Amino acid sequence: MSTEIETPKEQILYANILFYGCWLGIFIMIVTYFLYVSGIMEPHVPLQRISQCWSEPVGKYVEGSQVPLGWGWVVLLGKGDFLNFVGIVLLAGLTLVCFLTLIPAYVAQKRWVFALIATVEALVLILAASGILATGGH
Amino acid sequence: MRGWGRWLAAAGVFVLLGLGVGVEPSLAAECAETADGTPWWVWPLVLFVFCFVLGIIAVLAGVGGGVLYVPLVSGFFPFHLDFVRGAGLFVALAGALAAGPGLLRRNLASLRLALPVAVIASSCAIVGAFMGLALPTNVVQICLGGTIVFIAILLLMSKNVERPQVQEQDPVGLALGMSGAYQEYTGEFVQWKTHRTLPGLLLFILIGVMAGMFGLGAGWANVPVLNLLMGVPLKIAVGTSKFLLSITDTSAAWVYMNQGCVIPLMAIPSIVGLMLGSFVGVRILAVAKPKMIRYLVIGVLLFAGLRSLWKGLGL
Repeated sequence: MSTEIETPKEQILYANILFYGCWLGIFIMIVTYFLYVSGIMEPHVPLQRISQCWSEPVGKYVEGSQVPLGWGWVVLLGKGDFLNFVGIVLLAGLTLVCFLTLIPAYVAQKRWVFALIATVEALVLILAASGILATGGH
Repeated sequence: MRGWGRWLAAAGVFVLLGLGVGVEPSLAAECAETADGTPWWVWPLVLFVFCFVLGIIAVLAGVGGGVLYVPLVSGFFPFHLDFVRGAGLFVALAGALAAGPGLLRRNLASLRLALPVAVIASSCAIVGAFMGLALPTNVVQICLGGTIVFIAILLLMSKNVERPQVQEQDPVGLALGMSGAYQEYTGEFVQWKTHRTLPGLLLFILIGVMAGMFGLGAGWANVPVLNLLMGVPLKIAVGTSKFLLSITDTSAAWVYMNQGCVIPLMAIPSIVGLMLGSFVGVRILAVAKPKMIRYLVIGVLLFAGLRSLWKGLGL
């Protein structure tokens, strides 16, 4: 038996992307949250209004506060509340980035089953992130 | 223990910087009070402190933050379940993303074990998220309550096996390359492989749906399935489960975010509070008595689950 267990290279790459991306996301969230609640950047939905709406179902909040769905928040990046989504989206997008790096790594190793699984997972995440799927909510 | 001070100071600075400065004067007068007379900043501040403590307790009890966050915050805070589930997924996601690199580098999480499981769980988490958003709130609340009570009983009863005996790997596990090796602290090399892979993978359909529907991290379900059913050593099962949450919760988190269920004002104090609390928890772990805390958490989960059932039933 080998005296050393080697961690697969693609696993190391995945770990490195997660490490730097996660801490960058957390750092961005703290900074943008400060800009938001300190009033340095004006919010799209007034703070008082949010605290009145957060007890209601999401449908009421979205409709009553004119909150954009899907990627509609991008056009509101100049507003304090929606600026916070930069860090949040970075956290949510990290796994997709990692999977996109896995596909060529597995193809290069001719590990076709893993390449296929990584591709399917990337497509699932793209579908979830796209906002194409929608529901009426309640 | 001196590390405590540093983390608490960091937490205080975050809260004071964020909430203490206040909004511009003209807006401040308008935003001073909510309908019930509570200033808007009170709940984010309370939530931050609560999540900080929750992060410590979660580490000591060996459970994920999400499984405590959703029932407790939905039961005792004024936020609607939609927003609690949205934030809960990001709480669980942030914890899993932070833990992932260390687990992967040390081979304590297996990417090859996680990949097939992740495809099933994350696809089903999307379905679960849509189901959770489409169903009436009281139905979700009742199901959540039932699930939390079940989790508490599972935590009490389940006896994980450190190194399950797998005589022969089944064809599905073999085809998917679900095997590996890790090194114990003693220097011993441990090789592992899976059995009963197909029923295990099928169970991840249910786990994914539940994770998406309730906004819970699903570590409480991942570990027993990987360890007791599929025969993965406990260390690898725990590590892979934690890493797996980063994939499962991502897909559901996107759905909740795209539907407007993520409110930064409450989500970010939750995420940051729980992460800071987790770091402190890891340091306390060396001197604490985790077994007693685990029983305490099981009691809290039972209470939160019953309260959720109570709320859902409108009693």
